[in-house]
Amino acid sequence: MGKDFSSALRPAIVMTILFAALLGLAYPLAMTGIGQVLFPVQANGSLVRDGNGTVIGSTIVGQAFTSNRYFQTRPSAAGKGYDGLASSGSNLGPTARALVDRVKPDVETRRGEGVTGAVPADLVTASGSGLDPDLSPAAALAQAPRIARVRGLPVERVRALVAAQTKGSLLGKPHVNVLALNRALDAAGSGAADDRAR
Amino acid sequence: MTLQGWILILGFVAILLVLAKPIGAWLFTLYEGRRTPLHIVLGPVERGLYKLAGVEPVQEQGWRRYALHMLLFNVALMTFTYAVLRLQGVLPGNPQGLAGLSPHLAFNTAVSFATNTNWQSYGGEGTMSNLSQMLGLTIHNFLSAATGIALAFALFRGFARREASTVGNFWADVTRITLYLLLPLCVALTLFYIASGVPQTLAGVVDVTTLEGARQSILLGPVASQEAIKMLGTNGGGFFNANSAHPFENPTALTNLVQMLSIFVVGVGLTWCFGKAVGNTRQGWAILSAMAILFLAGVTVTYAQEAAGNPILHQLDIAGGNMEGKEVRFGIAASALFSVVTTAASCGAVNAMHDSFTPLGGMIPLFNIQLGEVVIGGVGAGIYGFLLFAILAVFVAGLMVGRTPEYVGKKIEAREVKLAVLAIAVLPLMILGLTALSSVLEQGLAGPLNKGPHGFSEILYAFTSAVGNNGSAFAGLTANTPYYNGLLGVAMWIGRFFVIVPMLAIAGSLAAKIYTPESAGSFPTTGGLWVGLLVGIILILGGLTFMPGLALGPIADHLAMIRGQLF
Repeated sequence: MGKDFSSALRPAIVMTILFAALLGLAYPLAMTGIGQVLFPVQANGSLVRDGNGTVIGSTIVGQAFTSNRYFQTRPSAAGKGYDGLASSGSNLGPTARALVDRVKPDVETRRGEGVTGAVPADLVTASGSGLDPDLSPAAALAQAPRIARVRGLPVERVRALVAAQTKGSLLGKPHVNVLALNRALDAAGSGAADDRAR
Repeated sequence: MTLQGWILILGFVAILLVLAKPIGAWLFTLYEGRRTPLHIVLGPVERGLYKLAGVEPVQEQGWRRYALHMLLFNVALMTFTYAVLRLQGVLPGNPQGLAGLSPHLAFNTAVSFATNTNWQSYGGEGTMSNLSQMLGLTIHNFLSAATGIALAFALFRGFARREASTVGNFWADVTRITLYLLLPLCVALTLFYIASGVPQTLAGVVDVTTLEGARQSILLGPVASQEAIKMLGTNGGGFFNANSAHPFENPTALTNLVQMLSIFVVGVGLTWCFGKAVGNTRQGWAILSAMAILFLAGVTVTYAQEAAGNPILHQLDIAGGNMEGKEVRFGIAASALFSVVTTAASCGAVNAMHDSFTPLGGMIPLFNIQLGEVVIGGVGAGIYGFLLFAILAVFVAGLMVGRTPEYVGKKIEAREVKLAVLAIAVLPLMILGLTALSSVLEQGLAGPLNKGPHGFSEILYAFTSAVGNNGSAFAGLTANTPYYNGLLGVAMWIGRFFVIVPMLAIAGSLAAKIYTPESAGSFPTTGGLWVGLLVGIILILGGLTFMPGLALGPIADHLAMIRGQLF
């Protein structure tokens, strides 16, 4: 067995080094090179810039919207909310008092804004990542009356914006990207050209 | 539950059934060591690796030597990763300027990735540099997967060979699986993920001024290349803390479907490859049928529970299913399906937080791991785990009819049955023992986030996930402590290699036996009766031991939820 052991030692060490070079360096670096050439936008995070070139977000990752003027995003357990360096769900179980204590005031806030009937679940629950970029159409529409009131827009106009931004497919649930929706909202409010909304 | 949800679930199963044979045939080519079209490009790489490492690929190994080489390779890899993680602070590829990991966290992570568990005591974005992700972790994603498949090949050879003293060459198996299966598929998957919006860059943090004028930091990195092998190799260790729930890891419903498919595809292919190796593909289909029954039963329970939602929230007039911990773009069906897939296989990636599932919805992932992840299972580990149950099933059938049991042409005798029981007993012994220990020790009780039965579930899930080499979590548990890092690290090691060694011993023992042709008295191992027996044995022998634990955790939690009791 002693001879077996020493004869197994060389391939174990050499293969570790060789595979580390191949799989740990060559593979990811080659994919980075190819990805940067073929899909430069996506490979760098699908960033969105405003007219001045300032990065205002990513089409993929959610950001916090808390103002009454905007469609508000879901509660987030990522850091203090939508922290891109601390993705996390709440991890609260269904019988956790802390869950009820968090949800209750949120429901009351929505009631105060005039939401009637059952509150859409995603509007008052934290997502898995804490960086959910989307809302369900119901959760967005529930906010339409408030936004119409604050912005002085006809509520049908706001609802139409939600409908225009709703994406669905055979595979996934219909959803609205909140950043895209709010940019469309800003564009509608100021009467700016449509290209700002994209 | 919705029609669209069921279309997704059944469509998912249908795609896998279609893929079983082509992937299985490709695996069989590698199992046989035959030439593939990829040899034109990668053949020189393969030969170069052998030459530098001093490996003679045609030199066959007995099970003991195969095991020795496998173990030493894993120890070397683990040591390498431990060093990379500890030295992170002084190594390049660290745009965030992160410090090296603590000894207990580096130990836990190195074991975690070497054992194909990919339990994350760390939160990706705040702990791991780009270099650590690539050089420290991605290599394990490949090689722990290749090791698992190689071990399955060794066991297949045990069944297939007659009066043989060897089960293959470990280095040839691992190298071929890596070069001709995992690497090419990962290149294709990486490109698909990048095109779908998964970042692939060496840059670090991007500063964002949000539409409301707040500051947000977004972390980028070489995510796509790791994502590809993370799923295909049933590893599951995410680039980010939130794993596949993070929009950068899993941006769309389509990437989500591809991720679920890539978790299962190799495992499904291996069932066909096994049938082919033992000369009767119906043997493989029988195994796949038993797996599919258990899988669909699990999906039905979890999907129904999550769609029904939490009555405590319904009382607050919140609509519909349970969305806590779930992403809108996936919804309930795709989240429930993902959770069952990732725990049926030993993947452990998550696209929703299992800790926030309804009690019974979250019990199925837990139970899947406790069964030994034999429902498709981890790459390699699933099929060899399943074959251990098959050995017990023919043994039980043999006891009922009073004949020496046989399986695919080999007599199953006392030695094989003892070794199979030994391997299967590791799971309940370790999971229940360590959970019990942590439920009374102060250091253990410091872990759970949730109180009441759900807190117990968090501890039970952690040890189940570690011993089962799954890596998913009821993530509320604070596990980055010397106590949990150390204990879970040991649990992962035992859960992997204390199953593998008896399994390889079975392979060696079977390979040496003569071929016993099927006779009128043989118990047929292809029909519906056999599939039913397999399902029964897995549920009774694999599952029953865990019932008291499940009663204390998820079932008690469920009863509390119905009563509206809070903790």
